[in-house]
Amino acid sequence: MAISESTREQLEQLVARYPQPRSALMPMLHLMQSLEDEVTADGIAVCAEFAGVSAAEATSVASFYTMYKRKPVGKHHIGVCINTMCGLLGGDAVYDAVSERLGVGHNEATADGEFFLERIECQAACTHAPVMTVDWEFMDDVTPTSAVDVVDRLARGEQVESTRGPVIRDFQATEHTLAFPEDGLAAEGTPVDDKMLAGLRIAKERGMAAPASGQEG
Amino acid sequence: MTLTPVITEHWDDPELFTLAGYRRHGGYTALASALKQDPDAIIGTVKDSGLRGRGGAGFPTGLKWSFVPQNDGKPHYLVVNADESEPGACKDIPIMIANPHALIEGVIITSFAIRANHAFIYIRGEVPEAIRRVANAVREAREAGLIGTDIMGTGFDLDIVVHSGAGAYICGEETALLNSLEGLRGQPRLKPPFPAVAGLYASPTVINNVETICNIPYIVGRGVDWFRQFGTEKSPGFKVFAVSGHVNRPGIYEAPLGITMRELLDYAGGMIDDRPVKFWLPGGSSVPMLTAEHLDTPMTYEAMAEAGTMLGTGTPMIFNDTVSVVKAVTRWLEFYKHESCGKCTPCREGTYWITGTLERFQEGHGSDREMETLTDLCGQIMGRSFCALGDAAATPYPAAMKYFRDEFAAATSTPVDDSFDPAASYVFSGAAAR
Repeated sequence: MAISESTREQLEQLVARYPQPRSALMPMLHLMQSLEDEVTADGIAVCAEFAGVSAAEATSVASFYTMYKRKPVGKHHIGVCINTMCGLLGGDAVYDAVSERLGVGHNEATADGEFFLERIECQAACTHAPVMTVDWEFMDDVTPTSAVDVVDRLARGEQVESTRGPVIRDFQATEHTLAFPEDGLAAEGTPVDDKMLAGLRIAKERGMAAPASGQEG
Repeated sequence: MTLTPVITEHWDDPELFTLAGYRRHGGYTALASALKQDPDAIIGTVKDSGLRGRGGAGFPTGLKWSFVPQNDGKPHYLVVNADESEPGACKDIPIMIANPHALIEGVIITSFAIRANHAFIYIRGEVPEAIRRVANAVREAREAGLIGTDIMGTGFDLDIVVHSGAGAYICGEETALLNSLEGLRGQPRLKPPFPAVAGLYASPTVINNVETICNIPYIVGRGVDWFRQFGTEKSPGFKVFAVSGHVNRPGIYEAPLGITMRELLDYAGGMIDDRPVKFWLPGGSSVPMLTAEHLDTPMTYEAMAEAGTMLGTGTPMIFNDTVSVVKAVTRWLEFYKHESCGKCTPCREGTYWITGTLERFQEGHGSDREMETLTDLCGQIMGRSFCALGDAAATPYPAAMKYFRDEFAAATSTPVDDSFDPAASYVFSGAAAR
């Protein structure tokens, strides 16, 4: 795989981030996935070279982690949580509706290269069940109808906002964020929502507070 | 018991995630006082506070720090476990999104105490929003001279690296996390040696959970006596509880340890449609389930142990009577089977066999003999793997059998979806459900 000067610089930055080059392997694989929409044998070979390991070792790492895809994802990755909380509270129905809308099943991409569907495990958002993700950005509290609507809007090229995060970009853009997290989007959207504020609001309404101390922490 | 927002106190300020916003609420004043102290004094303070790890195991934090050998000539590392992936656990991600500087301040103080000049925050890859908010906080702190060389003129140097995972629950296990951070497959290591002696790059390493580290600025800034006003002798402090399930107001509720599930449930607006609590888990799918009879048990490490379960991550999941226990347990086992790293035979093979057997029950094809087989399988896995994933996988079935044996018996002849209409458990209805 021929890599550009810019890619080489980014790979070198990732290696320099850690005390040992091998630690950069995971972010490098994310970077590869931001260049192509999958991790290819060529991409792995590049990572292996910069990490100072064999291609076989790098492959064993790439194949261990489920976020590294060994086939093209396409433009948008759609995840629907089917773990116990989300699945039973309605995620199963959401998955069925999205699967029917896209005409593909688990770990499959649509023929037009627009969508990739995955049944995902717990997304650490059980308070917001059922949860869907688009390019790993949160789409909280979805219903079958609202989930399909998100897919429809994305398919029409409309702007779609994450419920707790920025406007949806695409899968490869998110993968670049995972390699280089300072993406300038930290102030976008309304990441702190009603459910995250539920207890604080009740405490304020009812005049509850932690005991004060002499010092401020 | 009242709610006591501490870590969550200023989450309604949309600027809290910025350095300026955090400072407006007193942020980084604890750091300034910490850097004037002897590092051992800070370890002593955290020991005296009785703070216990908020990641699930509840190990005393100060004690963990004190295991790091000093003056050993090796680099020391702090690794923050931000790989929150346990089914039911959803409190570290909100903390990192809403209040990332509390984490960074805690990381700096902790690194100073354990004499680490390099800290890593390992965040699961599936949550870019948490990753970018923390990375933004690190950048701001670096630009303000709170990270880097000669921090605040004290001669203390610290670099913080934000590391994205790539989708492996097992990396929440601390030694698997270290392997992952070293660019290896995320498989657990045999202990001993413990990470405090030989962790990252075989050097002394402290691994702490996000919420644990976020407690540090408050303990150091406000003192041990202040901290011990909350909670009990064995479970001091406050806790960011994340309440999920069939409740009217699922969300984040911060309260002293010792609050009961009934009180939390009341704050969370009670059960949807006033349906009864069928079963609930105090902190993640890896702890044994409880029932309505345990709603008045204090949410402390010790009281939960007495009730036959664990506080775990302190993120209760509550299910009403529309839910099939067989289905819930099967789904958790499918998760453990998927996430087993494959290193240890009892876990790798055991999760496969338990899951397959449970799936037959789910279809109504279980048998009395297989109920015994499942009990036997779980017994064979428990305690026989390198890490706690195997134990976790062996937990839900015996716990469910303790209270709901009849449901497994019914699943020897009737598919669970016939006994329990799946749609009755959904939190939406009508047009939204199509």
